[in-house]
Amino acid sequence: MSPTISCDSVYKIFGANANKLLADSNGSVDAKQFQEAGCIVGVNNASFDVEKGEMLVVMGLSGSGKSTLLRCISRLTDATAGKILVDGEDICLMNNKQLVELRREKMGMVFQNFALLPHKTVIENIAFPLQVKGVSTENSMYKALEMVELVGLKGRENYFPRELSGGQQQRVGIARSLAVEPDIWFLDEPFSALDPLIRKEMQDEFLRLQGVLNKTIMFVTHDFDEALRLADRIAIMKDGIIEQLDTPGNIVLNPATDYVKKFTEDVPREKVLKIESIMDPKDTNASDNLKVSKDDIIESVAEKILNSKEIIKVIDPKDSSEVGSINPSKVIKVLFGG
Amino acid sequence: MDKNYLETIRNSKPAQFGILIFIFLILYFLIPQSENNYLWRLPSVLKGIPLAINNVIFNALYEWFPLKVWDPVFEMYEEKAAFREFTKAVSQGLLFLITVVRELLLGGDKIIDVFVSDSWLKENDWLSWPALPWTATTVGAFLLGYQLNGIRLGLLGGIGALYISVFGNYVPSIQTLSFVLITTPICFVLGLSFGIWGYLDKKVETALQPVLNVMQTMPQFAYLVPIIALFGLGDHAGSIATIIIATPPMIRNTILGLKRISPEVVEAGLMSGCTKPQLLFKVLIPAARRDILNGVNTVIMQCLAMVVIASFVGAKGLGLNLKIALNSLKIGKAAEAGLCIVIIAVILDRFTKAWADKQKDYFENLTFFQRYKLLIIFAISVVIFSIIAFISGGYFDKINYLYVIPIEKGLTIAHYIDGAVDWVWETFFYSLNSFNKFLLTQVLGPMKHAYLGMPVIATFTLAMGAAYIVGNARTALIVGGMLLFIALSEYWDRALITMYMGSFAVIMASLNGIILGSIFGRTERGGRILLSFCDFFETFPSFVYLIPVIFLFNITDTSVLIAAIVYATVPATRYTVWGLKSVPLSLHEAGTMSGVSAFQRWTNIEIPIAFPTVMLGVNQTVVFSLQMVILGALIGTEDLGQIIFGALSRTKDGAGVALTLGIFVSLIAICVDVIVRNWAEERKKALGLA
Repeated sequence: MSPTISCDSVYKIFGANANKLLADSNGSVDAKQFQEAGCIVGVNNASFDVEKGEMLVVMGLSGSGKSTLLRCISRLTDATAGKILVDGEDICLMNNKQLVELRREKMGMVFQNFALLPHKTVIENIAFPLQVKGVSTENSMYKALEMVELVGLKGRENYFPRELSGGQQQRVGIARSLAVEPDIWFLDEPFSALDPLIRKEMQDEFLRLQGVLNKTIMFVTHDFDEALRLADRIAIMKDGIIEQLDTPGNIVLNPATDYVKKFTEDVPREKVLKIESIMDPKDTNASDNLKVSKDDIIESVAEKILNSKEIIKVIDPKDSSEVGSINPSKVIKVLFGG
Repeated sequence: MDKNYLETIRNSKPAQFGILIFIFLILYFLIPQSENNYLWRLPSVLKGIPLAINNVIFNALYEWFPLKVWDPVFEMYEEKAAFREFTKAVSQGLLFLITVVRELLLGGDKIIDVFVSDSWLKENDWLSWPALPWTATTVGAFLLGYQLNGIRLGLLGGIGALYISVFGNYVPSIQTLSFVLITTPICFVLGLSFGIWGYLDKKVETALQPVLNVMQTMPQFAYLVPIIALFGLGDHAGSIATIIIATPPMIRNTILGLKRISPEVVEAGLMSGCTKPQLLFKVLIPAARRDILNGVNTVIMQCLAMVVIASFVGAKGLGLNLKIALNSLKIGKAAEAGLCIVIIAVILDRFTKAWADKQKDYFENLTFFQRYKLLIIFAISVVIFSIIAFISGGYFDKINYLYVIPIEKGLTIAHYIDGAVDWVWETFFYSLNSFNKFLLTQVLGPMKHAYLGMPVIATFTLAMGAAYIVGNARTALIVGGMLLFIALSEYWDRALITMYMGSFAVIMASLNGIILGSIFGRTERGGRILLSFCDFFETFPSFVYLIPVIFLFNITDTSVLIAAIVYATVPATRYTVWGLKSVPLSLHEAGTMSGVSAFQRWTNIEIPIAFPTVMLGVNQTVVFSLQMVILGALIGTEDLGQIIFGALSRTKDGAGVALTLGIFVSLIAICVDVIVRNWAEERKKALGLA
């Protein structure tokens, strides 16, 4: 099956003569040279796929081009060069009408500062994408009410955004982006403007929703911990270039560049790595008393494993078949180093 | 000289200004006053401009682009200029709309006349739309207010309407209201369209800016003569004059509001699948609603502020009554008419604001009767009160008080006001008079003399030098160019007098405003009270300010200047309060912990931080002062305004003179604006506020 989103050599360069400069550069873009010519490189040769139902987190500091990349894929800005396929169709070639159609049917987006319409109440904001699509007022209101319940804002339908807390506002933003039941869900630093405690709560809520909805997701953040917590795969960006794109475990274990290493150095591995990443091959001496899943995060099962003091079987949670074994000494190594 | 010393001067603004003033004084005293000396006065080579404008107007109206038009009276085709047909159509359209609203409320047969023949109407003289009894109007005002925002707003509307009716101002008030009800939507549509266009197209915005500047700074009087020439006299002419004044703030507010929308909101609209029109009408305009409605509010206030001036070109209503009362020095009557204008302004102001905040309930399930309850009550009350008024018509002698209370039969407190004014006059005559004399002979006279004795080269050096110091060479050239335009006309001396009155008023008003704002704006509560005072004073038509001062100081420069100072103090105060509010709390705390005294806090923390905002207020003060100074011509001063006013009475060739001089006044204001704005911007940057 073809990937839901597929980017091939996508460039975004801001500036008057960006097209000409890019054509002259033969694909190897140097940000410094471009800057001297009066252009700013937003996205530099991005190529990747996002599979159906996968959550790709794009992580980078401010100015790294992560939001620009997201806006190219939602075509809020036009990419300077490259191909962006959504369900096999190149969105860069779409005209305005097709684009409106695409967004109405397939895409939803959540914004950093919520971007709620200040003149509309909670319910009106959530119903808005349905109403511009032409759904009758009555039907859109009932659908919106469903969404209000989904994000846990029941009883606040008639509040105005200004009367809600930041976390509540973002719940409205999430509900609005889901109202048309899109396949693809874009989230642009959705929790960055929230307090740490609320952020944690919203991340849990987000994981719960994703468990129910199973959308194809592109999630932009500048918070590496958030990326580790949420992602199926992470793309780390710097100066418009994707430095590394891999699963959280592989990024922590094998950072591709020094820049990525700076992020991974202080990450407590037991909180990120799954058993899978440190397990040994099947071992006949393994005890039958205890089994752990290969998808378990190390920290969550460490105590059990250390208490047993034996080699333990690792199974695949899908069919309970044995896929490997784990030695407590490995866990000790991860926990305490050395 | 020491090199470092030179460097210091180059970087120190006060030193630069010092040198500038030194050069100015040298020029001032060295240039001999002689008509042949071009350094003293430039030759008036641009004398022909008013005439040229007149010729353009004349040709546009009678010569260019002739069309064959069917004349039904003479039953033949006639050659008429396309432009004249256009202005005629505009005039008739506007007049028709105003008359429709007017007759709906006041009754009459003019609208019916449009649809049936004259002779038939004469035979059937019963055929006339009945007036709405004032009782029903009062109930309507109450219900509308109640519907919009509950009982309090209802009472405001009801009591306001009751007062107006009982004091006999029902007819002129409705005339004024119909004028506002037609003019406001036109300004709204025009302003919104141009605003959106300017927002969507940067080039349009750039092109609009100078036009709007001129439109807003030009004295209202200057528009009147050309409007009479193009559109004739009547309510529609007043409406057009008002549209010219009131549309620019609407455009500005629209652009401002649209620009303030966060880009994320626009993106959210796009991602929700909006088409371009949907984005405009469902996201952009509603999201900018607050600023746009502020614009509507300003438009309504401008309409009401213009009603007096509009009466000079034939608009009926409260403005005309006020003007007539003022002409015959009936202060009490004028004050009553002025009060009605203020009442209407306040009611419309609150109603539009409440309407803007109204919320819709999607899950309410109402029957037809519940939904239209208030409308039904209103309809019933119209019927009942009309029947009562009709039946009781026989009981009263000639005048039916239950329909309309005519102005001469209404309650009045005019004679008390007159009495109070008389008392003040008699009691304080001596001291007022001596104050007036002192001011005229010791301050204003010498100041005027000094301005008139200024060689043109000195004026240019001062203005362009100041522009150069706060801005750059380009700023200086802009200012110089605008002044040159005036200096090359034959009105330079008059312009100097306008500048003298303007600068005196600006200095005094700014001082007043900054002091008032600083004293009361220090506390949250004081600031709020002061701002609501500003709101209240701004709803007064500028004319009202002239009423008391003429009485106290006769027809002299003093009267005009005092009116101008009071009028222009409002923006200076307002911006000072805003500026003080903008000082961050952390700075106050830092000051407190450094142990500043109240005065030190004011000079070292508040004023420097508030300075850019205060300067914008001073900018407004300039415009306000000049407006009032020109208005002062009405009572006889001898600056540019007097000639503009004089042009009103000679409509044939007056248009060119009035327009030219109007533009001169506007150029003076824009020169000051360029300098002050540059200065404020620079301070902002220096403070890291930009």
